Amino acid sequence: MTSTLSSYIQSIPYIKENLYWLTEMLGPEVTAFVIFFIGAFIVANVMALVGGLGTYAERKISADIQQRIGPNRVGPLGILQFLADGVKMIMKENIVPRDADKFLYYLGPLLCMVGIFAACAVLPISSGFILADLNVGVFYLLAISSLVGLGILLGGYSSNSKWSMLGGMRGASQIISYEIPVTISILAIVVLSGGLSFGKIVQSQSGLPTEWYVFHNPFTFIAFIVYFIASLAEANRAPFDLPEAESELVSGYHTEFTGMRFAFFALAEYVEVFVLCTVASALFLGGYNVPFRLGGDSLLGQVLQTIVFFSKTCFLYYVVIWIRWTLPRLRVDQLMTLCWKYLTPIALFNLVGVSIWLVIFDGKSLLQLIKGLF
Amino acid sequence: MGPAFELNSYMPVIILMGLAAMIVILGHFVSVFLSPKKIDKYNKKDHAYECGEEPVATAWAAFSIRFYVVGLIFIIFDVESVLIFPVAAVFREFNQAGMGAIVLFEILFFVFILVAGIAYCWRKGDLDWIKSFQSIPKRKNNSIQLNGEQE
Repeated sequence: MTSTLSSYIQSIPYIKENLYWLTEMLGPEVTAFVIFFIGAFIVANVMALVGGLGTYAERKISADIQQRIGPNRVGPLGILQFLADGVKMIMKENIVPRDADKFLYYLGPLLCMVGIFAACAVLPISSGFILADLNVGVFYLLAISSLVGLGILLGGYSSNSKWSMLGGMRGASQIISYEIPVTISILAIVVLSGGLSFGKIVQSQSGLPTEWYVFHNPFTFIAFIVYFIASLAEANRAPFDLPEAESELVSGYHTEFTGMRFAFFALAEYVEVFVLCTVASALFLGGYNVPFRLGGDSLLGQVLQTIVFFSKTCFLYYVVIWIRWTLPRLRVDQLMTLCWKYLTPIALFNLVGVSIWLVIFDGKSLLQLIKGLF
Repeated sequence: MGPAFELNSYMPVIILMGLAAMIVILGHFVSVFLSPKKIDKYNKKDHAYECGEEPVATAWAAFSIRFYVVGLIFIIFDVESVLIFPVAAVFREFNQAGMGAIVLFEILFFVFILVAGIAYCWRKGDLDWIKSFQSIPKRKNNSIQLNGEQE
């Protein structure tokens, strides 16, 4: 019971008393399980909602960019559109291609969902609400979100259709290639903060933009841009949406998927975009830190932290959607050139730059150094 | 800080994985229960989609070697960057203890290996998606003409 969430819950007096008899009745292990189950249940539901609202936001924002109205029939401003879509997808007929590898065909969407939901466990939503503040948090997130790539590859391979196969292979090669710039630009932040756990990295920044890691020194600023571009490619978002390029491959790796299994692929994709935006805001944009530490660690403070964190993330999410409806798609060879000949060398250069900065200036930020001059 | 602690902090991860798997499996069964099952009169419905034609052969055929080369390069780079992680995590502590230069040298050494690797792949033309035959040195009295793709 030393994790952040349970220790925070125990510090609230009212809940502490109630928790006492629960522990008496069930024993500490089962109590921990109950607490974590409730927390995980909340996170899973919020993520499913985020995925659903993501599709709505995408359609509404794209409509705005193209001067259309977008969904406006279901619910106020069409906000319940994703529920209608979900119901429609459940009602769709369940078609499995006759030549498909049935087991892998069912396994594909499952791996996508499991990978991306497990990654949600380490997201630092507020100082009291991190489901699992693992001491290898960043590393864990990078490792477990690779399951999505595996799911895409299996989905493409198993349906035994040429379009799916091409999409799956492209998806796999793209995701593994862009993992290198993502990993190395995150390493630059790990060097500065001196730890791999999300809680530690966020706490070593603070509320005001001058204390964020983006503006720490020029190298981290470039690292942020590299991370953002590479994470777009890792989530198969435009302009890197080659695995499902509808103008060349019919629908890419999910051509043969109908109904709910298609919905799970789409949900996993939207949640992955959200998770990557979350990681960007936690590592580079100060995470849940409220300016001037308003509210402190009280319940009000927790709410403020959550609001600050989600507003940063939603801003990045908006930028992602904005990019999708603005830029044209790349070619496969341009994609690989961008990754291996531009982003990876730049990310390596950043890592060296940040390391030298840490040794020479003892971890002080550029603004602190300028202030020190006067 | 025994093993019980480590087990506890990974508990939410396992619960979340279980919840995600449950969502997928439940969704599948609800969908099977609710969805219509139309009779497939012409026995064509569950063909793989190939622009409306009958599928020609299987999709599980030989595939472009470029994907495997990218996979190989990725493995090397991924293992290297994983090896940097522990060094990067203790960098700040070591720097405060006055031993930053050692860790800096270590990171520079790792990055040097990575840069050497990327330079080698670049020189060999393995980072180009279309590898032209011109980067392979031709022998002078070669009877077989290599008509290389000119990009």
